[in-house]
Parts: sequence; C-alpha cells; structure tokens
Amino acid sequence: MSIHASAVVDHTSAPATSVAKDKVLPALFASALAVALLYGAAFSPMEALHNAAHDGRHSAGFPCH
Amino acid sequence: MTKTSPFNRIVRTAVAAGLLSGLVLTGLQSLQVAPIILQAETYEDAQAKAELKPAADAAIAAPQQHADGVQELKAEVAHEHPAAEAHEHVASAVHEHGAAAGHAHGSVGAQAHAGPVEHEHGHEHGGWKPENGAERTFFSALANISMAVAFGLLLSAAMTLRGVSHGWRGALLWGAAGYAVFFLAPSLGLPPEVPGTAAAPLGARQVWWLLTVAATAGGLALLALAPRWPLKLAGVAMLLVPHLVGAPQPLVHASAAPAELAQSFIYATAFANAVFWLALGALSGFFFKKFN
Repeated sequence: MSIHASAVVDHTSAPATSVAKDKVLPALFASALAVALLYGAAFSPMEALHNAAHDGRHSAGFPCH
Repeated sequence: MTKTSPFNRIVRTAVAAGLLSGLVLTGLQSLQVAPIILQAETYEDAQAKAELKPAADAAIAAPQQHADGVQELKAEVAHEHPAAEAHEHVASAVHEHGAAAGHAHGSVGAQAHAGPVEHEHGHEHGGWKPENGAERTFFSALANISMAVAFGLLLSAAMTLRGVSHGWRGALLWGAAGYAVFFLAPSLGLPPEVPGTAAAPLGARQVWWLLTVAATAGGLALLALAPRWPLKLAGVAMLLVPHLVGAPQPLVHASAAPAELAQSFIYATAFANAVFWLALGALSGFFFKKFN
C-alpha cells in the first residue's frame, strides 16, 4: 500500500525496556489523561458540567440524560 | 529541532489537533446540529408544561403524604390499567424524578390519570445552565475541544504504540477508525437522541456505550493489525458481540419531538462527527510527524 511505503518508521528494533519507556508508558499516561477529560466532558453527573456540555454530549452520541 | 519526549509529543499533538478539530466541530454543530436540539427542546418544554398544569392543579386540590401518594397511585394504576406492572414502573420512575426536581407528590396521580408517561424529562435539571446564544455556543465549544483533545490523546497514543508516522494522509485512516469506534458502533444500538426522547436508565446505557467502544477498538485492532487469521476472526467476533447482546432499550419508545426531527438529528450528527474525526485524524498525523 502506498501509504505504508511513504511511512517513516520511528523505531526499528528496540530492546524491551526502551519499548516500555518510549511507547507503552507514554501511551498509558496519555490514555489516562484522555479518560479524565472524557469523563468531565461526557460522563460527569455534575449538574453544571452536564448543562455546559449538553449539546456536545448529544451531538457526539454520548448517553446524556 | 530537538527530539521531544514521547509523552510530550503525544500531548502537543493532541492539543494542537484537538483544538483545531474541536473548533471545526463547533462550527458544523452550530450550523446543523444545534438548531435541531433547540427545536426539539421547544417540543420537550411544551410537553412538560402540558403535563405540569394538571399536576399543579392536583397538588393544590389534594396535597398528599409521600407514602400515601405512592400507595394510592399503585392502587389506581392496578385498577385502571391491565399492564399494571409496566405502568407502575414508568410512573414510579417519573415520580422519583419528579420528586427530586421538586414536584408536588400529587403530580404522579394526575399524570397516571392522563395516561402513561412515555418520555424522559431531559431538562428538569436544576442548577446553572448557559444562556441560549453565544454563551451556550461557547460552552459547547469548550466541551467539544475537551472531547477532541481526549480523542486526540488516544489517537496519538495509538500512533506511538504503532511506532509509525504516516503524515496527515495516512492518518485519515486513524480518524476513520476513531469514527467507527466512538460514533458508528455505539450509534447502531443507541442512536444519537434529541432531548425529550424516552431512553433506558442512563447508567445502563453508559455501561453499554463503554463496553461497545472497548470491544470495537479491540476488534478493529485485531482485524487490521493481527498477523494471523484466527486472531482476525476473533476481532470480527469482538465487533459483533455488543450488538448481539443489544443496547439497553426503554420500556416504551417515544419522543416529544416528531420522528422526522429525530431522523434528521441522526443524519446531522453522523455528518458532523465524520468531518470531525477525519479532521482530527489528519491533523493528528500532521502534528505527530511535525513534533517528532
């Protein structure tokens, strides 16, 4: 596929510890941050947050009420 | 340019891509999604008023104790309706909600007389609420950008795990995957709803939504990235499971707004979210490569 042909591979062969440090841990931390943000914007039962994000919740298809 | 740390790179990518695509989404939303929400709210408010009027009359005429009210309601419902259990369930759910929102206890009896209550009262929430117009759009933008940055973090995290920088064009595929995982798959069971639509309890729907997102993400990853066929087939199974289980449904399907409005809301959100996810994917790919 042409997309893959033009792709730049960041890490060709790395030892396991560096894979954890360079890929797994940053990805995990980023995901945790994402979950916190999504909870606040889309799942929080707090009245003010719900009302502020109301249209965004409905538009994104999150269960709202 | 010095090489940034992987976490720093993910965050910078997500903030830049999320901010821009969140603004794109807000623009589209205020053009073709928000007007439908506002229209649906007028139907919802009209229905709420129609139900509150007899309720208020009943409250003035016959104030009741909480326990008495519930007992009487159950007796009346059982006496008047053959499907007593279902009605009791709906009526008592509405009663709890009504009581929490500060309604008089007599209102439930009046509502039961008026017929089964068929929709959920979306906007009986108290507390602060943004004013319609610029304030509401501003807070929608804030919510959209928060969601967009969160989704951007997940996309960049996935790109980091893959260890490949595609640039914007290749990352359109990541955006399409995000659209499938976070919008298409959940919408098959729980279509985007206008305010004033009957729905199953919120907690059950949120759990189904989360499980569907997780199963779809895992299933797509296996299908696209697993090296061997048995794993790819397991991915297909994961994609199907949430829909075989089925999303939580309300006792009665009903909506304050007309069906055409609900339908056009589904089209409007499907389009807005498609543009948003493709923009988020492309921008994430662009910045992920740039911030290396």
